[in-house]
Amino acid sequence: MKLTTALTTLMALGLATGAGAEIRLGASLSASGGAAFLGDPEAKTLEMLVEEVNAAGGINGEEIVLTLYDDGGDPNKARTFATRLVEDDEVVAIIGGTTTGTTMSVLSVAEDEGIPFISLAGAIQIIDPVRDYVFKTPHTDRMACEKIFTDMQTRGISKIGMIAGTDGFGASMEAQCKDVAGDHGIEILVAETYAPQDADMTPQLTKIKATEGVQAVLNPGFGQGPAIVTRNYAQIGLDLPLYQSHGVASDGFIELTGVEAAEGVRLPGTALLIADILEDGDAQKPVVMAYKTAYEAKYGEAVSTFGGYAHDAFRLMVDAIARAGSDDPDEIRDALEETRDLVGTTGIYSFSADDHLGLNLSAFRMLEIRDGAWTSID
Amino acid sequence: MDALMQFIFSGLTVGAVYALVALGFTIIYNASDVVNFAQGEFVMLGGMITVFTFEAGLPLPLAALIAIFVTSAVGVALNKLAIEPARGAPVVSLIIITIGASIFIRGAAQIVFDKQLHRLPSFSGDEPIHMLGATILPQSLWVIGGALLVFVGLYLFFTRTLTGKAVLATANNRLAAQLVGINTGFMMTLSFALSAAIGALAGVLVTPITLVGYDIGVALALKGFAAAMLGGMGNPKGALAGGLLLGLFEALTAGYISSQYKEAVAFIVILAVLFVMPQGIFGEKKTERV
Amino acid sequence: MTCRRKWIQISIIAAIMLVLPFFFPSGYYYRVGALVFVNALSVVGLVILVGYAGQISLGHAGFAGIGAYACALAPTHLGLHPAVAILLGALISAALALLIGRPILRLKGYYLGVATLGFGILVSMVLSNERALTGGPDGMSVPDLGLRSLLRDMGWRISGGEFWYGLNAVVLLIGIWIALNLYQSATGRAMRALHGSEVAAQTVGIDVPRIKLQAFVISAVYASVAGSLLALQNGFITPEVAGFMHSVEMVTMAVLGGVGSVLGATLGAAILTLLPQVLTVFAEYEQLVLGLIMVLVMIFLPRGLLPSIVAKLRGRGE
Repeated sequence: MKLTTALTTLMALGLATGAGAEIRLGASLSASGGAAFLGDPEAKTLEMLVEEVNAAGGINGEEIVLTLYDDGGDPNKARTFATRLVEDDEVVAIIGGTTTGTTMSVLSVAEDEGIPFISLAGAIQIIDPVRDYVFKTPHTDRMACEKIFTDMQTRGISKIGMIAGTDGFGASMEAQCKDVAGDHGIEILVAETYAPQDADMTPQLTKIKATEGVQAVLNPGFGQGPAIVTRNYAQIGLDLPLYQSHGVASDGFIELTGVEAAEGVRLPGTALLIADILEDGDAQKPVVMAYKTAYEAKYGEAVSTFGGYAHDAFRLMVDAIARAGSDDPDEIRDALEETRDLVGTTGIYSFSADDHLGLNLSAFRMLEIRDGAWTSID
Repeated sequence: MDALMQFIFSGLTVGAVYALVALGFTIIYNASDVVNFAQGEFVMLGGMITVFTFEAGLPLPLAALIAIFVTSAVGVALNKLAIEPARGAPVVSLIIITIGASIFIRGAAQIVFDKQLHRLPSFSGDEPIHMLGATILPQSLWVIGGALLVFVGLYLFFTRTLTGKAVLATANNRLAAQLVGINTGFMMTLSFALSAAIGALAGVLVTPITLVGYDIGVALALKGFAAAMLGGMGNPKGALAGGLLLGLFEALTAGYISSQYKEAVAFIVILAVLFVMPQGIFGEKKTERV
Repeated sequence: MTCRRKWIQISIIAAIMLVLPFFFPSGYYYRVGALVFVNALSVVGLVILVGYAGQISLGHAGFAGIGAYACALAPTHLGLHPAVAILLGALISAALALLIGRPILRLKGYYLGVATLGFGILVSMVLSNERALTGGPDGMSVPDLGLRSLLRDMGWRISGGEFWYGLNAVVLLIGIWIALNLYQSATGRAMRALHGSEVAAQTVGIDVPRIKLQAFVISAVYASVAGSLLALQNGFITPEVAGFMHSVEMVTMAVLGGVGSVLGATLGAAILTLLPQVLTVFAEYEQLVLGLIMVLVMIFLPRGLLPSIVAKLRGRGE
């Protein structure tokens, strides 16, 4: 009886929306430009997953139509594309905003027009204060800092040096780390920076090396910077513990630094990185293995944490649309907010009215590189 | 003291990268008065092609040779298809053409290759060499040596060989050069091929240190351009000195003042030098004809 | 150019601006139109510097950045109304242009290029490094101009897209009017004279450094106001606005359309703003096609689109 009611409601809804056969999803990602390193796997992931879901019959029988734009990391373009997605392509939900800058541009359009939006960027200001239509999948930079500082505390480290990239990712995380360091009894004795495309960081590292009392070094950043830092670190013979950020959490990082230089580097990562060594009972194992296998088979390159963010955003959205049983933006938003225990690659999500990130620190795993492979040390 | 040596080694390494790019600018400028903003893309192509052919299983030296050869061909094509047809266009138009070409090459590279970062193994291992209380990677010596070698080669080419002088004559006065029997078209082709080859060589040498991705060209072209202008455009001596000085400014600023503003200091120095010497350090004063 | 031709040009542009919205299928087109106008405004400024006076700038986005951040910072820190912040930004840009213009403009060709490039990079570096003030590379919010709600209170309800389309159109028309007037004025003639030959201009008694400086300052103000408008309509701004690529984009728009003509530059701004929107269908090939178009236009229409087309039409007419 119940089933028939549900079915009639669905049919009625299908008739009401007219088209009925498709759900329009929009995305604005930085598939090129300075953040292409992040945006490219995100775009590929979305395209792959849309194909996958449609091949399996879509959502409640309706096909997903994805409109994906490449904003090149330019917030101005991102805003134009967001407007285009909402006004011209008439999408019912948006995924995207690879960087914090592009996210903040898309965000105001989504809020004004009442379109649910899941961001793939790190900064805490995206979901704090909570905005009605804005959600995000990655951990905040602040959480990454806390995870790292907690690990430092257990190793008895209290005085550190920092070297951060001046790109959005590095600068934002650097600021957050400085902010929460005190809460964990960590003192930052020296803070250096490098530009995203610098070729050599030995001067900055030499300064850190010469600073009396430094017990460990933290390097927030993504792209080639952290790889060069790690190599220079070995070159000048710094033998203090080195912490990297979740920004370099991919197998590519070990390839770029070389096995020797990467030895002993720790960073907060997600289950995706250690899919192979996850215990069989781990709730995330089937999800990360499925994504990893599919992505690597399709594109012939290693999965990255960033593609994982897009994966999770897409799963969240599909789940919400299915539960809402409608492609009305407001109903999707409400369903999103009611998400409970959705297993993603990054963690297990439970949204609420005052939490649009829905992850806690436990989703982060402290990883260490040993013999060119990731190991979990939690 | 040890720290100072480390800063200097760093500055020389980075400076040598800039110098290699700047030297590439020099040849084309000498032959055609064009500053080729696609020079950074030659470096990118050199690195990317080597990485992909090397990963396909070819030995590194062969992969590097192929990369240099292919990039030279791209350089020649750039000249034939974009620069020669626009001869006589004003400076702004030429800037737009070469920037357009660089966007085109970058767009092609992201399709042909990928958007990931890549690295080549260091030529002589990764064991740092300890010198004067500081360390330097063997690969840095390759880069510095490469820059010096290219400089000496170019210097001899422009001062000692007939062809080199013919290239200079082509830039100075095309008609006059033709009148004395110089094949100016060939000189242009030659200079683009050489320039691209030097760019590609730079790409091969620096990839083990700086890594390579499809979009590294813009930043390199900017720095190389700045270095060449600092030294005086068109003069190999200027390109070498400009590159090394720029690298040293950045490293010393990062070491002693602020790593955040190291590029700012570098550009302020360039501005200051240009105010005193409007043609750069080794540039020649040209008189304007009415 | 006669007075009549000036008004013909302005009328043509105004008519296009008025008629276009009737063909807009959705609100998104207002957004693109508003962007075209804002870009055109900074490009008209470049026409004065590059087209009239024959100087180069590869750092004009620096002034756009100053204008943009003035609107983001002045209201929160100085309590100024955003509209006043536009003026403040323009003032700072003008003062800065005056200060650096004299030494920089002694340089020629590529040397002037690298000097202006350095200036632009310095501005964007300060914007992205002074995190406490500017929010760093992540950018910062810009307060609302407040004009729209004022209109609403007066009973005139229009969407954000329509509002910015209209406002930017009006500002652009004013900008074009000023630029066309300048062209005919004594200063404008002096600029064009030194474009032809500095030495010749000097011998007929033109104060070359002074005229160059005027062109530089005026164009800086154009870029600054355009930056302010961009910041206000986006409600959010990052240091990208002052970046090298934005400077290059501005010069490309000017040169592509025809740097000697205000109308051409506007056309160039329109084309380069629309192109990425059209090219989304090619997605992966966007960069490739964009680069190709830049090269082809410069080779086959070296004077820019509009002047070359006009010349062709004239040639046929005779």
